[in-house]
Amino acid sequence: MKQMQEEHFDPMSHLVPISLYVTIWAALMVFTGITVFAATVELGVFNIVVALLIATIKGTLVVLFFMHLRYSTKLTMVTVVAAIFFLIILFSLSMTDYLTRAWSTSLR
Amino acid sequence: MATAVQTVERENYLNSDYGIKSWLLTTDHKRIALLYLVSITAMFWIGGFFAMLIRLELLTPAGDLVSSDTYNKLFTMHGIIMVFFFLIPSVPATLGNFLIPLMVGAKDLAFPRVNLLSWYIYMVGAITALTAMVMGGVDTGWTFYTPFSTTYSNTHVMGAAIGIFITGFSSILTGLNFIVTIHRMRAPGMTWRRLPLFCWANYAAALIMVLGTPVVAITLLLVALERAFNIGIFNPQLGGDPLLFQHLFWFYSHPAVYIMILPGMGVINEIVTCFSRKRVFGYEFVALASIAIAVLGFLVWAHHMFVAGISVYAALVFSLLSYLVAIPSAVKVFNWTATLYKGSIRYETPMLYAFGFIGLFTVGGLTGVFLASLGVDVHVHDTYFVVAHFHYVMVGGMVMAYMAGLHFWWPKITGRMYPEAWAKLSALLVFVGFNTTFLPLFIVGYMGLPRRYHAYPPEFQVLNVLSTAGASILAVGYVLPMIYFLWSLRYGEPAPPNPWNAVGLEWMTPSPPPTHNFDETPIVTWEAYDYEHQPQEEVTVGH
Ligand code: HEM
Ligand SMILES: [Cu+2]
Repeated sequence: MKQMQEEHFDPMSHLVPISLYVTIWAALMVFTGITVFAATVELGVFNIVVALLIATIKGTLVVLFFMHLRYSTKLTMVTVVAAIFFLIILFSLSMTDYLTRAWSTSLR
Repeated sequence: MATAVQTVERENYLNSDYGIKSWLLTTDHKRIALLYLVSITAMFWIGGFFAMLIRLELLTPAGDLVSSDTYNKLFTMHGIIMVFFFLIPSVPATLGNFLIPLMVGAKDLAFPRVNLLSWYIYMVGAITALTAMVMGGVDTGWTFYTPFSTTYSNTHVMGAAIGIFITGFSSILTGLNFIVTIHRMRAPGMTWRRLPLFCWANYAAALIMVLGTPVVAITLLLVALERAFNIGIFNPQLGGDPLLFQHLFWFYSHPAVYIMILPGMGVINEIVTCFSRKRVFGYEFVALASIAIAVLGFLVWAHHMFVAGISVYAALVFSLLSYLVAIPSAVKVFNWTATLYKGSIRYETPMLYAFGFIGLFTVGGLTGVFLASLGVDVHVHDTYFVVAHFHYVMVGGMVMAYMAGLHFWWPKITGRMYPEAWAKLSALLVFVGFNTTFLPLFIVGYMGLPRRYHAYPPEFQVLNVLSTAGASILAVGYVLPMIYFLWSLRYGEPAPPNPWNAVGLEWMTPSPPPTHNFDETPIVTWEAYDYEHQPQEEVTVGH
């Protein structure tokens, strides 16, 4: 493995400045604050939308910076995009059921 | 060993080191494959034991041997063990582990220690699940449907679910290891187009393991959370949706059936080409069919839920998509058949099993297409027709392929030949026993006998007796190889490096292979399955 990394890519060679890590950490903290605050506001169904949106942004930050995806090879990025792609399949095909289930009851 | 000169046995992965510790701490993919082989074989016999009890109960229409509660536990534990602890790891963790590095010309998998870790995780998961079973068992069915599993069942759902959850990680790690190995560790000249189809098939299965397993793991965790803390996710009384469980479960578990079958299809490619002395018909199509199956397999899951109360419009979409999966599966069957065409076919044991696979998988796959059509499924859902369908693909298909592969590579793995006549007999017994067991189930299912009951109306008895009789033949067919494989370890004839005169890098190194697989890294300048141009005499690299 070691010699392979030297050939292709070495994550440590892109030394990320500590300040960037701190900034990201601060951003995550701010978002956590917003999540807590948003939970106290009555938004109806949008409460869950807001919570998930913030969580997605936070997750993206973690993956991009803390997990070094930004500095990784194309293959690694393709891998992550593939995972997201399959998550979209899970959600969208499930929605073919949830969004149209009411229509079928009206058929009966 | 009958040479006149006293020769020192060549160093190989088996004799390089001795003692329990050298096995439990090994990072050699070949030894880890054997650790897995022993473990999943044990699980196979435990699962098989439950199956025999099920078949014995069904010998008579009355529920006389076991109570209905016990019967529920028996089929549940049979299913859990066979699916999660035997079939899913079967070919990848044993033959895949052993062969992928050899086939791509590498010294080991990309992450040898992760490989060992995956075995330990498997063992922890297996022991957890077995403990739950010893302590009283589970009765939810291997599918853990909610809200029964989360609210009503008072059996050891937690233990079993956690066992499966844990084992899921071993599957993810194995998949990850295969993907990275196949991307990064191929020998010079081993291009994607020269890659043996066994590797393509395992690569496709690995994609599913990595992409799908987390979903079932999280789903089972949600079941555990709802059970323990009454969080409303699946239970409608708590504001949940029971069908959400089925969506999430089958999002993994339909693709998981392809985790099971794809590596088996890979085995069949190797054997069909070797024993018909032909290059595989349509290499690219077979390779891409594996990937297509892996991707399309994620688009069909709700065909398990047609009558569960999902939207009929969704059912329509999923029915259509399910038909699509049949296409790449059919591509494979047609291509194997075309490979056989005008080949010089030899009927040795691995090939007998491979023939069994092709026929039985076709029956299983085609009945899958029946089930995918909405109208038919309303009639046969949750009957023995479904049971027959998936046993044709899983046992008739996958277990056949596994046996085919074990026989084909046994000389490579152990350095010993198995007794051919006994092996042929076992292949025959398995084929006859299998069909006697499961063909009747199509009929009783079509006539409307529901699955998962310990008693049934007397008019179904004849076919059920037939099925139980078949199961005993099948059992003999599986016990035999167990005996002669063990026998061959000691008394089998020493195997030459390439007993089948096969192509493929794994046959160009001694049997059993040295610890580092190849004395010098092979350089590949030929396509896979170059049987038509292969010289008569076998070639050996590294002497
Ligand atoms: C040719 C492609 C296939 C199609 C179109 C197909 C279709 C189906 C359908 C529609 C069902 C649901 C039937 C019902 O419950 O009413 C089903 C059940 C099942 N299939 Fe297949 N199938 C295919 C291949 C496979 C393969 C290759 C395997 C395994 C290696 C498999 C394993 C199963 C299992 C385990 C079940 C039953 C699960 C349960 O309810 O316990 N199928 N199949
Ligand atoms: Cu399915």
